[in-house]
Amino acid sequence: MPILQKSQADRSATFAFWAFVSPALLGLTVFTLVPIVWGFLLSLSHAQNTIHPGHFIGFRNYADLLTDEAFLKSLVTIVVFAVFIVPLTFAVSLGLALLVNKVGWGRSFFRTVFFIPSAVSYVVASLIWKVSLFNGLPFGFVNHLIGLFGVHPVAWIGTAHPPWYWLVLVTVRLWLQVGFFMIIFLAGLQEIPKSLYEAASVDGAGPGWPVFRYITLPQLKATSVSVLLLNLIAAFQAFDEFYNILGGSGASIGNASLARPPLVYLYSLALSNQDFGRGAAGGFILTALIFAVTLLQGRIFGFGGSEK
Amino acid sequence: MNKRNALTSLPRTAWLLFVALLFLIPFYLIGRNSLMTDSEITSPYWAWLSPRPQWSNFSALFHDPAAPMLTGLANSAIIAVVTLVFQMLFSSMAGYALARIPARGRNVVFFLILATLMIPGAVTFVPTFAVMAYLGGVNTRWGIIAPGVFSAFSIFLFRQFYLRFPAEIEEAGRLDGLSYFGVYWRLLLPNSTNIIMALGVLTFIASWNAFLWPLVIGQDPSAWTVQVVLSTFLSSQKLNLPQLFAAAAVGVAPLVLVFLVMQRYIVEGAKFSGGKE
Repeated sequence: MPILQKSQADRSATFAFWAFVSPALLGLTVFTLVPIVWGFLLSLSHAQNTIHPGHFIGFRNYADLLTDEAFLKSLVTIVVFAVFIVPLTFAVSLGLALLVNKVGWGRSFFRTVFFIPSAVSYVVASLIWKVSLFNGLPFGFVNHLIGLFGVHPVAWIGTAHPPWYWLVLVTVRLWLQVGFFMIIFLAGLQEIPKSLYEAASVDGAGPGWPVFRYITLPQLKATSVSVLLLNLIAAFQAFDEFYNILGGSGASIGNASLARPPLVYLYSLALSNQDFGRGAAGGFILTALIFAVTLLQGRIFGFGGSEK
Repeated sequence: MNKRNALTSLPRTAWLLFVALLFLIPFYLIGRNSLMTDSEITSPYWAWLSPRPQWSNFSALFHDPAAPMLTGLANSAIIAVVTLVFQMLFSSMAGYALARIPARGRNVVFFLILATLMIPGAVTFVPTFAVMAYLGGVNTRWGIIAPGVFSAFSIFLFRQFYLRFPAEIEEAGRLDGLSYFGVYWRLLLPNSTNIIMALGVLTFIASWNAFLWPLVIGQDPSAWTVQVVLSTFLSSQKLNLPQLFAAAAVGVAPLVLVFLVMQRYIVEGAKFSGGKE
């Protein structure tokens, strides 16, 4: 009898389990797993003007892309972008978290001010950066400010030399995302046991660099790794600010050719030129690059979570 | 705080005030420009505020056929709310099953969901577009909504949350004759308001601000979200600056409001997402 009851309970549990996971499982299957398989088949096909794989050509799409100068340039562009934005975001968000954590007055005010850009979209921020803040004409805000010091207006976005557009692209993302990472660092800082600092001050270490170097930073290791990873993966998928500040598809539109990241290139390849085979192949190459960089980061800084 | 602390924290506060001022400049610029005439905006002589605020920029914006703002706002609101509701529902259901219902195949399902978590979302937009075109979702609201509803990440966070839910409460419910569904609906869901609010606000903001996928799917103006309307407006040949900034103000104001009201939950959500909870 107990055995029968147990198997009945098992069956009702099994039924409930599948009933509860099936909507999510079905959705993830249709909108993530199927596209991966479909995309892989597309990437092996000559799929011009069609979303259907079938005209298989082996790995020629991959070979074409890896010898396509514009695509290779886009990979270099995104690596350069990541090299700027990732350490900068890390340093600024950690710096702000340290300042806000210790400030005596107006703590929640500062937290709100730094965090509120998270509510703004990349499109709106790009619009402000492009048309107002870094407008190349004298009425641009930054040009107005440097004008007060007698400096002539600078064409921030339109010229390849000097490449001021990097300043525009990096600061817009910095402004948008730094608050989010500051919040994560603040949470990390609050988990550090006070006793560690007390012990350090008994040992004669005043507040300052040594305490930061030998207590704060090591204690923040898990947090730091997760901030770096989230930031890195997001940076490699940059699209919005490049598309809206420099311009979208085709070299003739705007300043897109100055710095075209992989996603903007793939967008024009697949959606404008309707070459879905190469568009899909490019997605896999970019995924491989992201995996490689993530693993490299893991080798250098660890993946976090295991210590403590 | 004693006097010495107050003194040493003075430069710190000054630094923070300076950076805070920098962070507020973009908001100031939206406000300033959206209330100016075109010639005031483009004047080489800087005016910090318009002497005569042009509130008519906003009414003109809603009558401009080049920028279908009302359609965009309606689309964005519907898309963000539907995404929010269904993502929370499906993710909490799956998270509960993965954390609390013993069944064969549970580990396989969990592994499968973790595997999709590893795939960078924006990278698969080309094949996802192909699948969506096959399903007939191009130029529809549901086509924009559907992929955003299913988030491996929020399933994972709900699972972690339910793993820590006290087992005694659940067992008491089971002894009182509640089914698995009853436990979920009457015990777990009412006790999940914190995580639902935290992840829900983040989902709403992400959905409202999303650009690449709505751009890819919403090719017809009737399916444009606010972001796509703004982007199209920005790249149009002849820029109407006052209306462009009025549009930016209208596009960003609802979210700033949501942010200020819900800030406590957003902070929690950020901590969840960063693995700090």
